[in-house]
Amino acid sequence: MTQQLVLYPLLLQLFLSIILMFSWKRISWQRVISILGGILNLGVSIWLFAYIWENGTQTIQAGNWEAPFGITFVADTLAVTLVLLTSISGVAVSAFSASSIIPARLKFGYFPIFHFLLLGLIGAFLTGDIFNLYVWFEIIIISSFVLITLGGEKAQLEGAVKYFTLNILASMIFLTAIAVLYGLTGSLNMADLSIKVAAIENRGLVEITAILFLVAFGIKAAVFPLYFWLPASYHTPPSAVSAIFGGLLTKVGVYALIRVFTLIFVGDVFMQDTILVMAILTLISGGLGALIQTNLRKVFSYLIICHIGYMIIGLGMYTEVAIAGTIFYLIHDIVVKTNLFMVGGLIYRIKGTNNIKSLGGLYAEYPRLSLLIAIPLFSLVGIPPLSGFWPKLSLLNAGFNDQNWWAMGAILFASLITLVIIAKVWSNVVWKDKVELPKRINFRYFENLNKTRKIQLVAPIVFLSLISLYIGFGAEHVQQLSTRVAGELMDNQQYIDAVFKTGQNLKP
Amino acid sequence: MEIVLAIMIGILYAAGIYMILRRSLVKLILGIIILGNGANLLIFLLGRITKGSPPIIPGDLKVFEAAYADPIPQALILTAIVISFGLQSFAIILIKRAYKVVKTDDLDEMNAIDQDS
Repeated sequence: MTQQLVLYPLLLQLFLSIILMFSWKRISWQRVISILGGILNLGVSIWLFAYIWENGTQTIQAGNWEAPFGITFVADTLAVTLVLLTSISGVAVSAFSASSIIPARLKFGYFPIFHFLLLGLIGAFLTGDIFNLYVWFEIIIISSFVLITLGGEKAQLEGAVKYFTLNILASMIFLTAIAVLYGLTGSLNMADLSIKVAAIENRGLVEITAILFLVAFGIKAAVFPLYFWLPASYHTPPSAVSAIFGGLLTKVGVYALIRVFTLIFVGDVFMQDTILVMAILTLISGGLGALIQTNLRKVFSYLIICHIGYMIIGLGMYTEVAIAGTIFYLIHDIVVKTNLFMVGGLIYRIKGTNNIKSLGGLYAEYPRLSLLIAIPLFSLVGIPPLSGFWPKLSLLNAGFNDQNWWAMGAILFASLITLVIIAKVWSNVVWKDKVELPKRINFRYFENLNKTRKIQLVAPIVFLSLISLYIGFGAEHVQQLSTRVAGELMDNQQYIDAVFKTGQNLKP
Repeated sequence: MEIVLAIMIGILYAAGIYMILRRSLVKLILGIIILGNGANLLIFLLGRITKGSPPIIPGDLKVFEAAYADPIPQALILTAIVISFGLQSFAIILIKRAYKVVKTDDLDEMNAIDQDS
């Protein structure tokens, strides 16, 4: 009973997608099923998280095949934390989609595909098998292709071509890397690989495999210089889709990087330096890119890239404090980025445009809503005590311990640029005098929506803002969680023992 | 046999990447397909090629005694082929739609989204 608990979030999403496919034409049912299912999934994820928190890493072997032979699912603290965050973002975006996605799109299976996407994400976080990870990645990208093209507007299709090409190229490189790794070790289980890769004498080939993995996951995670597909595509689909993409899709690349470089390719100084350089350049180029954009959602797209740097930089420094900072940032970023794209969608719904030059006067019209929008925006900058501040503190601390002035400089620079950008967005969108815009015909403005729809648009933002506030004000708990995750990642013997059931004392 | 396959995989990768770098949408898809085939063959090659010895234990034995063909790479390739088949069919529909809407198959002209809206 409790052993199968690991699979419950996965099975629930699969079940939901199937139910939703059976109610293909009934959009109003789909809305209800998706939101209720999301809440149920949140409950199950909290249950799984609490169980892992109490009892340590749990594993389940598919078909009861012993560890290196069968497919293993591993629920360690990092995996369940990310599953929990996926569920939180998932339920918020479900509710937001129910109101903001137009019925024409919903009729073509938006919700079933959306839940397949969540299924892929949860699977990718829980699996302990490198080829299985590839399969989950494919489920994620095929669902995201459908979501990004659904509706078939010109901009969407153009963005989709770029998104599609780069993502499929990343998959091919990932597959190549798996092939080389299998040729080297004859194994696919990540815990087994961890032992076998350490024993390989031909380090040159191991390094090349590591670089293949770095490039493959680097494209998915959008790090410098592999990120160009992201600003070309993320602003084209409806904002609910951008929200789930921005919140979770790049983060699954970051997760894969963290997993592979803390478990399989450990202690390779050259790779760590490479990651560090990429991270510093990501922070700088993403920040500078965001500075010159005028479309709100493009600004947020570049900010995604910029802040991926924070997560990779901790991995590059590779100390326990730095990894803890990375994990904390990951937790904070998933919530805030999902929220920001929904805020972008809400502003679009109110004003009919996302160009910050034409926006303005939001505070005069909707003062309470503006205060709400302030929470995700300023959490992103990391004004203490909001949530972005604490992980940056950890990362700076780690940089200081290493005497790594370049990394510290990049962190501070990106922080400053984010502040400038958010100040620009805030003053242009909220404080600036209202710009008279021509009324768009056939566009459903926020003020014309009925009350349920309005609540459905605002409630997810409130929900995620509250979680952001909790991450900021309850930073002690999140820090405790990240430190524990970092401890587990640095000491990968725990993971291996849990998979092979060798150690009896799995409790940390 | 290995050397022939290795050269062929190299050619497939090179051809695939070359095609992806072209500006035409159709060549892009061809490149992706060729690259996918190269990756599949690479898994096959790296799983060590063994001829004429299926991985079936003879009835009177408990374990393998002679060398046998590793079944895992074949299972992996099968999975990868199915996945890439799905993705490629999606890709073909996508470029057809993109061609209809954007009215060009030149990737350099697909830059409407880079201009500010």
